[in-house]
Amino acid sequence: MPDLAEIEVARHFTELSHRNFSVDTNFYPLGSCTMKYNPKLNEAVAGFPGFTDLHPFAPDSGAQGALHLLYDMERSLSALFGMTEFSLMPAAGAHGEITAMLMAKKYFAQTGQGTRDVCLVPDTAHGTNPASAAMVGYRVVSIPSTSRGRTNVAALKSKLDGSTAVCMMTNPNTLGLFEDDIIDITKAVHAAGGLMYYDGANANAIVGLVRPGDMGFDLLHLNLHKTFSVPHGGGGPGSGPVGANAKLAKYLPKPVVVRNDDGSFALDWERASSIGPVRAFWSHFLAIVRAYAYIIVHGEEGLRRNSQLAVLNANYVRAKIKDVLTVPYEDFCRHEFVCSAETLKKETGVRALDLAKGLLDAGIHAPTMYWPHVVPECLMIEPTETETRETLDNFSATIHALVKQAHDDPASMAELPLHTPVRRVDEAHVGRQANKGIGLRWQPK
Amino acid sequence: MYTPHTDDEIRAMLAEIGAPSLEALSSPPLGLEIKESLGLPPALPEAEAYAHLKALAGKNDGARKVSFLGAGAYRHYQPPAVPWFAMRSEFLTAYTPYQAEASQGSLQAIFEWQTYVCLLTGMDVSNASLYDGATALVEGVIMAMHTNGRKRVVVSQAVHPMYRAVLATYATGMGLEVIDLPYNAAGVTDLEGGADHARGASCVVVQSPNFFGCIEDVDAGSKLAHDNDALSVCVTAEALSLAVLKTPRESGADIALGEAQSFGLPVGYGGPYVGFIASTKEHVRRLPGRLVGETTDVAGRRAFVLTLQGREQHIRRELATSNICTNQALCALIATVYLATVGATGLRAIATTNLRRARELSDALTSITGFSRAFATPFFNEFCLRTPVPAEQLARALERRGMLAGLPLSRFYPELTHHLLICATELTTPDDIRHLNSALAEETSRAVAAV
Amino acid sequence: MAQPTDRLYTKEHEWVKIDGTNAVVGITDYAQSSLGDIVYVEMPRPGVAVERGKPVGVVESVKAVSDIYAPVSGTIVEVNAAVEEDQKKVNSDPYGDGWLVKLKLADADKTGLMDAAAYEELVKSL
Repeated sequence: MPDLAEIEVARHFTELSHRNFSVDTNFYPLGSCTMKYNPKLNEAVAGFPGFTDLHPFAPDSGAQGALHLLYDMERSLSALFGMTEFSLMPAAGAHGEITAMLMAKKYFAQTGQGTRDVCLVPDTAHGTNPASAAMVGYRVVSIPSTSRGRTNVAALKSKLDGSTAVCMMTNPNTLGLFEDDIIDITKAVHAAGGLMYYDGANANAIVGLVRPGDMGFDLLHLNLHKTFSVPHGGGGPGSGPVGANAKLAKYLPKPVVVRNDDGSFALDWERASSIGPVRAFWSHFLAIVRAYAYIIVHGEEGLRRNSQLAVLNANYVRAKIKDVLTVPYEDFCRHEFVCSAETLKKETGVRALDLAKGLLDAGIHAPTMYWPHVVPECLMIEPTETETRETLDNFSATIHALVKQAHDDPASMAELPLHTPVRRVDEAHVGRQANKGIGLRWQPK
Repeated sequence: MYTPHTDDEIRAMLAEIGAPSLEALSSPPLGLEIKESLGLPPALPEAEAYAHLKALAGKNDGARKVSFLGAGAYRHYQPPAVPWFAMRSEFLTAYTPYQAEASQGSLQAIFEWQTYVCLLTGMDVSNASLYDGATALVEGVIMAMHTNGRKRVVVSQAVHPMYRAVLATYATGMGLEVIDLPYNAAGVTDLEGGADHARGASCVVVQSPNFFGCIEDVDAGSKLAHDNDALSVCVTAEALSLAVLKTPRESGADIALGEAQSFGLPVGYGGPYVGFIASTKEHVRRLPGRLVGETTDVAGRRAFVLTLQGREQHIRRELATSNICTNQALCALIATVYLATVGATGLRAIATTNLRRARELSDALTSITGFSRAFATPFFNEFCLRTPVPAEQLARALERRGMLAGLPLSRFYPELTHHLLICATELTTPDDIRHLNSALAEETSRAVAAV
Repeated sequence: MAQPTDRLYTKEHEWVKIDGTNAVVGITDYAQSSLGDIVYVEMPRPGVAVERGKPVGVVESVKAVSDIYAPVSGTIVEVNAAVEEDQKKVNSDPYGDGWLVKLKLADADKTGLMDAAAYEELVKSL
């Protein structure tokens, strides 16, 4: 381990920071990631010593400010999403997913239905969905999508039986389309004795407009580092609160935050049916402070307007690029949409990957790619509500230019990017080394 | 304000889209639109929001009191250089580094974190971080399970009780059998007594320093595991201890994991923190989460990239080694900048100061009549004080006097009613120790007199 | 690359070359091309019995992981150590040096196997 003078640390990390894209410097049209602007008010308040210096084992009487904040947060989220109660404990979306799966498992075990072991997941689902289900021992059954880009209801219904435990969905789905059969679906799953789980990754399309609880969902998770403006930090930390309806709230992880009759706040450990804790401590508190600040400066009206403008921006970009990239679904999208470079690939050999690398040269981060698998050469684009029309016009113009370049000089596209700090990297080499445990850390010579 | 649209722009954009209104585009179908007010307070102007949050922060007097709390979250000095560089916008507002060309900053920082974790634990490979020490334990147990197919886990009762509680939460859902190894009168794991349990176990889990602050014989734990063809898992909750103790690798561990909050992260009412996991190279394919590797680009320049993604959820889906996606990248960066800033010499010096202060604290408190160390085992910066009156009572009395004296262990170990877990770090001053000393002495006399 | 006619194929894109009671198994050109640069190969060790149609190992590339299914039932006799060391062979010579395992057949059952022409048709349809 080295010894360094502070100037060496300063130069090293500042130089590293110059080799990064970030929301503060670049546009990130990443579908399902919601790379919206991260307000600096949130950073300032999360840095108050009254928050940062508070030990988790400080007695409740000495943490009334923090507990009040957590309680208000819990109440606000419950109202916004139509749930009875939230746990603020999970550290990220996937953590929230597995928390909910553990709750579902306990619910079924306690109601004599412990043999239910199937989790239904649309084929457009995020990889964490089946991974979370599998971690608790559920068998994952994939439900196909229709040519309209919605979950195939008939196919879903055909899979419902006494072994159905949970159906995991997101709405709008990862194709950016509202699942308009959702009431039909939730009714059918409930009739079969199953539970409905809402993956909140796409919540940026619905906050203040519609509640998952009203759609029939029993459990959900949110990604505060997506919808609620908590910064991504290069891959975390996030926060993945889990909400539950009246039937399932008792299974939430403990402790939860409650308000006593005398108006004081406390951590409640007396939750007999809780699945138990899922983290060593109560929450990603400093992330929640940021999300809380975001909620209180917006209020319901502001949050609703953000959702509307997110949908506006996505449809705008869709309208502007659908002449050069195939948009497979004719309905207006919600906060994100997908398009395909399949035709481009057939005509020129240039793939979605090459377009993405070309975007990097223009200082635009690539969209989400190659997922969902139902769309070949897929690009999933989510501008978010905080981008200017100018930025969106520039993105569209860049896409047009890249598609033109693909036709004019397809071979040149494989060379992109040209101007980033490094160009395309040799992933095969590092993969082979890594499998032998080599190349994953710096080694002295 | 955060959305830039003017009304004119909205109109023009709607026209290009071919939609009549924002409502038409964004309202849900099926009559699902929220019709009534949700009861959230009205939006606050930024300055009022700031003031509101400042007031809430001001209501946490636990943050201002002199504190001797440890128990898995440690008060350490954060050099200002750490947030100055780690919280730069280009790191803070960056996305997960899937596009290597646009993310060399984040990727190299993670590579450096992985390197530090390997150096401190003695291991060959480490991942890009996990949520915290408790979930790191769960992931380590899963790794062991995937290695030898066994579902029995043997865990010392002296492992952090919240870590064990989280393991229990997952174990129920995953069909794991968790067997407790009790602790003995010396405050360390009773490994001899555990010999039978280890038969057929997937792994044996020991924490050092353990929850009581005692330094365990990890070598013996590893031997017990290996004698039974199980993996040895070594847990660290106070990462600073790695600077002065024998590494988990040297003690025969196959997997080293735990919590690195001590490296520059505030205690922050419980999070976010940062978990780490590292292993010998034979287990690399079973490591959960992200891994960053070193390679070259087409121009021959050194470059970093996410690798072995075949293990992860976005490729392997239900067959992934773990469901983890977002991890604790920025927290790992904070820890990395901390370790770079203090350096090897600095880290050892801080650790040595912790050792010294904790000894001063121990000497001072055990000189009060009726007080002693509960366990006659060497400790790092935390130890268990045996108190003449119930520890809960003393802790409450000290709170009223503006001090957080430590954690009464009866909270997690009902049998340990007269036991206070108490921690000193480089932030503990001789004055703090003196005040605690006199306060404890006075409150004890008062309590004894009242009986 | 035309499919060699001296062997049989599965719809999972494996090939098997049978010679009496011995067989050699590998993946096809279509498989290696779809996977991309292969970084890891894991096959069962000699002595392990494998059952037709069951997953027996993995071939992993940078962007995907592919399960390998036993095209026939038998016992593993040899694993291609050269390929475990240098996975590039599977990409560059999938029908020759890029073979994966040799096994001793348990039976003469050829269910699920198709000839080169039939496999060619399958690949064309994808």
